[in-house]
This record gives sequence, C-alpha cells and structure tokens, in this order.
Amino acid sequence: MNRLEKKDRLIRLALLMVAFSAVSILAVITVFMFEQGTPIMFKYGIKSFLAGSDWYPSEKSFGLWPMIVGSFYVTLGALAIGVPFGLACSVVLTEFSSARLRRIIKPVIELLAGIPSVVYGFMGMVILVPFIRKTFGGPGLSVLAAAVILGIMILPTIISISVDAILAVPPAYREGSIALGATPWQTVRMVIMPAARSGIIASIILGMGRAIGETMAVIMVAGNAVGVPGSLLAPVRTLTSNIALEMGYAAGEHRQALFATGVILFIIIMILNTIANVTSSGRKRKTKA
Amino acid sequence: MRSPFYMSSFLLCLVLAAACGGRRSGNDVIVAGSTSLQPFADKWAEIFAKTRPDLGVSVQGGGSSAGIQACKSGACQIGMSSRELKADEKDLHEIIVARDGLAVIVHPSNPVRGATLSEVKQIFAGDLVNWKFLGGPDKPITVVTREEGSGTRGAFQELVMGKTRIFRGAITEDSNGTVREIVAGDPHSIGFISLGLVNGQVRALGLDGVEGNEANIRNGRYRLVRPFLFLTRGEPTAAARAFIDFVLSDEGQRLVTNEGLIPVK
Repeated sequence: MNRLEKKDRLIRLALLMVAFSAVSILAVITVFMFEQGTPIMFKYGIKSFLAGSDWYPSEKSFGLWPMIVGSFYVTLGALAIGVPFGLACSVVLTEFSSARLRRIIKPVIELLAGIPSVVYGFMGMVILVPFIRKTFGGPGLSVLAAAVILGIMILPTIISISVDAILAVPPAYREGSIALGATPWQTVRMVIMPAARSGIIASIILGMGRAIGETMAVIMVAGNAVGVPGSLLAPVRTLTSNIALEMGYAAGEHRQALFATGVILFIIIMILNTIANVTSSGRKRKTKA
Repeated sequence: MRSPFYMSSFLLCLVLAAACGGRRSGNDVIVAGSTSLQPFADKWAEIFAKTRPDLGVSVQGGGSSAGIQACKSGACQIGMSSRELKADEKDLHEIIVARDGLAVIVHPSNPVRGATLSEVKQIFAGDLVNWKFLGGPDKPITVVTREEGSGTRGAFQELVMGKTRIFRGAITEDSNGTVREIVAGDPHSIGFISLGLVNGQVRALGLDGVEGNEANIRNGRYRLVRPFLFLTRGEPTAAARAFIDFVLSDEGQRLVTNEGLIPVK
C-alpha cells in the first residue's frame, strides 16, 4: 500500500465518521429518551399512561389520554383546513395558470414556511383568539384556533410537494385525456390527481407530521387545558405542548413522565414518517415504469 | 500527511478547554431555582457586585423544584424556592428573604368586586361555573391556571385549594405574564398571579372582604401570602453568607419593597 492509498483510506474513514455522526446523534437521542421515559411507563403501567385521563404529576397521576386525543383533534382540524386549500392551490398553480405566475407564487408560498412559528402563534393570540371569542363565544383559546393556525402553517409543505408531484405526471397523460375529449377539470380529477396520488399523500403525511410536532404556536393559542375537549371551542393540550409547558419546573417522576410523553410522540411521528417513505418510494417506482 | 488531523483535534481540545475554563472563573456563589424569585435575585446580585466586586454571584432559573434539587445535590450554594418546602425537603436550611401576595385577578370590566376563598376554590375546582352566582353577568367563567410544577400554582394549591384538584378544563399557561395577558383580554376570565404584578390591565378581587395590599399582608388579614425562600445545605459558605446578609440588609430589603414584594422586617 503506497502513501497515496493510505491517505485515501484515511480521508474515507474521516468522511465516514462525519457521515455517521448525524445517525449517531439520532441514536443517542432515541436511547436517552427511551431510557428516561420508559421506566416510569412500566412502573405505573402502560395502560394507565395511555388511557388515564388525569394528569396531575404532583399527585403521581400521569394520564396522557387527553393529550393524545388533543394532538389527534388538532392535527385532524389542521388537515381539514390545510388539505383542501393546499390541494386547490397546487392544482391552480400547475394546471390553470401560466408558468410565469407559478414562478412568482410558488416561492412566495414557500416563504410561509420560513416564518418562525412563534410569529404564527402571536398572530393567532392577538387576532384569531379574540375573533373566535367574540364570534363564537367560549374562551377563544381553543381547538379551532390551533387548527386554523396549524392549517396555515402546513400549507407550504402540502403545496410545494404536491405541485412537484403534479408536475412529475408525464405530459402524455394530460394530452391523451384532452385528446379523448375530456374537459380540463375532468382531466385534473380523473387523470392527473390519480397519477400524482402517492406524491399528494406523501405531502399530506408530511404536513401532518409538521402539525403534530408544532409546539410554540399551539401553546399560544390552544389554552392547554388537560381535559379531553368537548367541542371545537374548548381549550386543548397537545403532547408537544405538554412537554414544553412543564419542562421548566419538572423534577423527578414528573420529568420522567415528560420524557415518556416524548416517547409516545416519537413513536407516532416514526409511524407517520414510515408511511410517508413507503408511499413516496411507491411513487418513484411508478414513474420509472 | 496526518498532521492536519492532529492539528485540528488539538485545536478543538484547546477551544473546549478555554470554553470550560472561562465559565468557571468568578462564580463564588451560584443561586438557582424559582423563576418568580429570579428577577429579584438578579437585581440583588447586580447591586451586591458593586459593594463586593471580589465575589462573583451567578443567578440561574430552573424553577423551585429544580432549585431545591440543585441545593440538595450541592450544584448550587443557594437554592431559591417560591413555595413552602415539602416534608422530604425539610432537611435544607431555609431563610425567608421576602414575602409575596397572590392575587386572584379578573378583567377590569367585571362587576364582581370580591369573593370568598371558598367561592374561589369552587371556581377553580370547576364547581362554580357562571358569574351570575357571584352577582355578575350570566356568562360562563373562563378559568386560567398555571402549569403543574410552578411555584405559584403550588402556593395557590396549598393556600386555596387544599386537597381539591384544579379542574381539568382550566386553561393552563406557563408564566404570570401570560395569565395576566389572557385575563386582560377575556372579560369573563379569572386567574391568579403574583400580587406585585397586578397592573391596570387586570383587577385583583378582594378575598373574604380583604383587599390584597401591603398593610393587610403585614397585619396578617390577607391570607394568600407565600414565602420567598433562600435555601442552603447546612451552613452557608462564607461567600454565600455574605450575599444572604446583603439580601436581608436594609438596602437589600428596600429593593424588595420597590419591586412590589413584602419585606421580611
């Protein structure tokens, strides 16, 4: 082995180490979180942790059910708002507007993703919450407020990925459909959307991941009550806000219970990401074939 | 050929060493704990630095429970707590450095001027849900509380709620400021914050017919009072002793009064 080969090897090793550092950070976080969070789940029983509805850490009762339901409601609400708007926007951008307009509007929408979440939260607190309180009653800090804010926050994710998915549909599909006498809307509905389906689903799942993981904006507008919300206008607490709200003062088992909250959140997001990966790899295979 | 690697790792070590070394110097006393006490401790430390520039005092937050833990483990010389110690924490040496009233606050437009402590307890337990029972408008009460683990919530729980739980539907916020902001925005809400933080945006309710002010706290008629504690493990170190003496001195206590707290003397 000459000197050059040695040097080559060394550099390869160094690069490998750097490349693996990212993976090992993930591994360290995962191990740490599970190590901190799981003992308390087993101590009090996984069932009472997941299904218990009383969260009074100072009295040793750790039920995450209201937060799990809360995260679910808020995310569902965000999708109910973000998906129709996002898909409509991507269809208009790809099918019913010129390439020039798209070149202007798409970057602007992607700029939305760059606004810090605390700004969304602040806008929500100052404008949306008082509006909901005056129009619909209740405290204003509610599932509805969180869903609207999150719905707006996931728009850039949904739009930019589904625009790319729709643009990736081969032009021949579109031309064939028009040639057979279909109207542009029929083409979109029956040819383009089904062909871009896996990309669109991936965009929705990634948006969903963003909505579940969002913390700051939700804390500011959701009211953070630990009960299962009875209506759209009731306050709600999500898994992420539970950690961020109480982290500052938590000690002992309370702290471990917050790590356990993180474990649950981690598992939910892993499942979502896996689904997103599977659907988008399905898309790649399809476009190749 | 390998020298760049050695060089860079050597440099990295050097930087790390410098960073660690830099942080260690000048912290003779570390004060950590309650975020309610932290702003006052910051001011004390600032003035103390002028009289005793040879002693470095570093103030950190973290919350009452964290401060108690840090003091027990010896990670800080002085722990700060804004709630009474629990039975298993009583082995620490406690010094009351100031007292703070808790105010139950409502929106300024609310016609209700006062309530009994038992009414307040029922409101926060979720049993009394409409202002009309207190002589106010026929509107549901929006209850705002602090998060679990907060010293302010701990004090409220102990002084008002006793063994009763704050009900699950209560809106939960993580600072005095946010609670005040929400109560200032919602005409039908009720919350509790430190008495010193009550301003024109909100109104404090009289409790059992007693207004919350310094005179009523001093003569013992206003009941929602919590101690602000400094904690040490055993005898304080000489540097910690000097800081505590300063805090309890006339100058230290004058600052307490200026900031809306109740001095201990």
